[in-house]
Amino acid sequence: MPERKNVCIIAGDMSRWGVREASLVDVVQEAAKECFDDIPALNRKDIDGFLFASSYCGRNPFQVNAAPVMAERIGVKPINMCTRVDTLCAGGSSGIILATGLVKAGIADVVMVAGGEKLYTPQRWETFYSELASIDHDWDGAQGMGLPPPFFAMTAKEHMKHYGTKKEQLAVVSVKNRRNGATNPKAQFQKEITMEEAMAARPIVPPLGLFDCCPITDGAAAVIVTYPEKAKEFTDRPLVYIKGSAQAALHSMSANWPGEHLADWVHLRTAAKRAYEVAGVGPDDIDVAQTHDCFTISEIIEMEELGFCKKGEGGPFVESGQNDFGGKVPVNTEGGLLSVGHPFGATGIRQAIEMLKQLQGRATRQVEGAKTGLTHNLSGLNVEHTILIYGLEP
Amino acid sequence: MGFENFGSVSFTTEAKPVDFVTYLEQGKVMATRCKECGATYFPPKMDCPKCLQSDVEWFEIKGKGKLVTYTVVNYGPAGFEDDAPYILAIGDFGDGVNIFGRLSRGIKEDDIKLGMELKVAPKKLLGDRITFEFQKG
Repeated sequence: MPERKNVCIIAGDMSRWGVREASLVDVVQEAAKECFDDIPALNRKDIDGFLFASSYCGRNPFQVNAAPVMAERIGVKPINMCTRVDTLCAGGSSGIILATGLVKAGIADVVMVAGGEKLYTPQRWETFYSELASIDHDWDGAQGMGLPPPFFAMTAKEHMKHYGTKKEQLAVVSVKNRRNGATNPKAQFQKEITMEEAMAARPIVPPLGLFDCCPITDGAAAVIVTYPEKAKEFTDRPLVYIKGSAQAALHSMSANWPGEHLADWVHLRTAAKRAYEVAGVGPDDIDVAQTHDCFTISEIIEMEELGFCKKGEGGPFVESGQNDFGGKVPVNTEGGLLSVGHPFGATGIRQAIEMLKQLQGRATRQVEGAKTGLTHNLSGLNVEHTILIYGLEP
Repeated sequence: MGFENFGSVSFTTEAKPVDFVTYLEQGKVMATRCKECGATYFPPKMDCPKCLQSDVEWFEIKGKGKLVTYTVVNYGPAGFEDDAPYILAIGDFGDGVNIFGRLSRGIKEDDIKLGMELKVAPKKLLGDRITFEFQKG
């Protein structure tokens, strides 16, 4: 089998995200159709690998071995690989990393990576019960942990205690991401909010209010991954290379947290160091980023651990607009999880699609001249961090 | 008595450190120590993740711990709806023993201070159920 030096992402799009009157296969088919429409010269027969990222497919829609089900529904007949990937909130990014490996090794030539979830069902408790399955079930679950807000509220409190971060600085993140999402026709929330609304929102778990928390979402997304020579058969657009990646998991149970305190994300620092090393770039080279804003506090800490600002200075960094358009590194340029929503397995793919568009110069809210970009997911109750670095140069 | 009676909601009935629940019934919260490498574990583990050996001993968590962090849960996940509000916390009991659990309902939220002394004790629940909780040290 041929070993290939470089791999790129050549097309992508997504279904409408939100509370959908549609099944999992329905939204996956919508996303695949939009993705194929993004690259008309590609024939579905060209897809020889298919990865499907989904975590709750075996819980709410009650569909295991989901990859062949989705492949048939979207009319692809992969002959080299057809399987599901589960890394909860990072599943889509895991799929893209795995597709990179498959293409590099010559195991597959043209891989579709799709991701999707159906989280709103008539039995709402199914989703809340499933949340308990996403952490250490036997011990953390038995205490009534499970829904993420309490954990990230603890994290926010720790960040406030150690670094003096203020509730207003959390609000700045939700206002920015809602503003970016307001022009995204696929987003769950397409409405801006004001600082006053963000500050006065009803508490979910103090200090986190309603707008500090991302929603759960029905939706899907899909991208195409291949190698440069093959890509040129289908597209004249600039090639967006996958320059490097990392995925770090240092612990699982809440009490075994690897950092000094809950606002010290050593596993993200570890993943960032590795991803920058593999890609041959540093934080100053990143022109645009999509980071995992499951909660406003997450984005603040991510700015620090990804090296965009010093540890502890995430609050002032976002408050002064350094991660907004015109700042040092615009982040979550199409709304992030806070605005677009969070169908777990699809989120990393949604980030890759925005990165593809940013680097090809066709994003709705374009960062002018962006050449290198970074996407990031945290998954589980902050037990794993996944990073991909994309660029116009391999 | 086994894990089917542990916690507000049972998630596992078959697990190797089943004696943990028997010790709770006897009024003790126990952890394990690997006899090969000395690593300590809470929750208890009958096989050591550090050295992969399986010769372990039980020891009681008697000393005082410190409150590392906490959060008030106003909305419980499925099965815990009637429990809410409750307070989840992490306590550092030294010697590698960090415990994730609930604060006793006897501790008022206004009285909680990070770093305050805690002890961990068994807590009987409705029916035959049993768990552990943090109390003032």
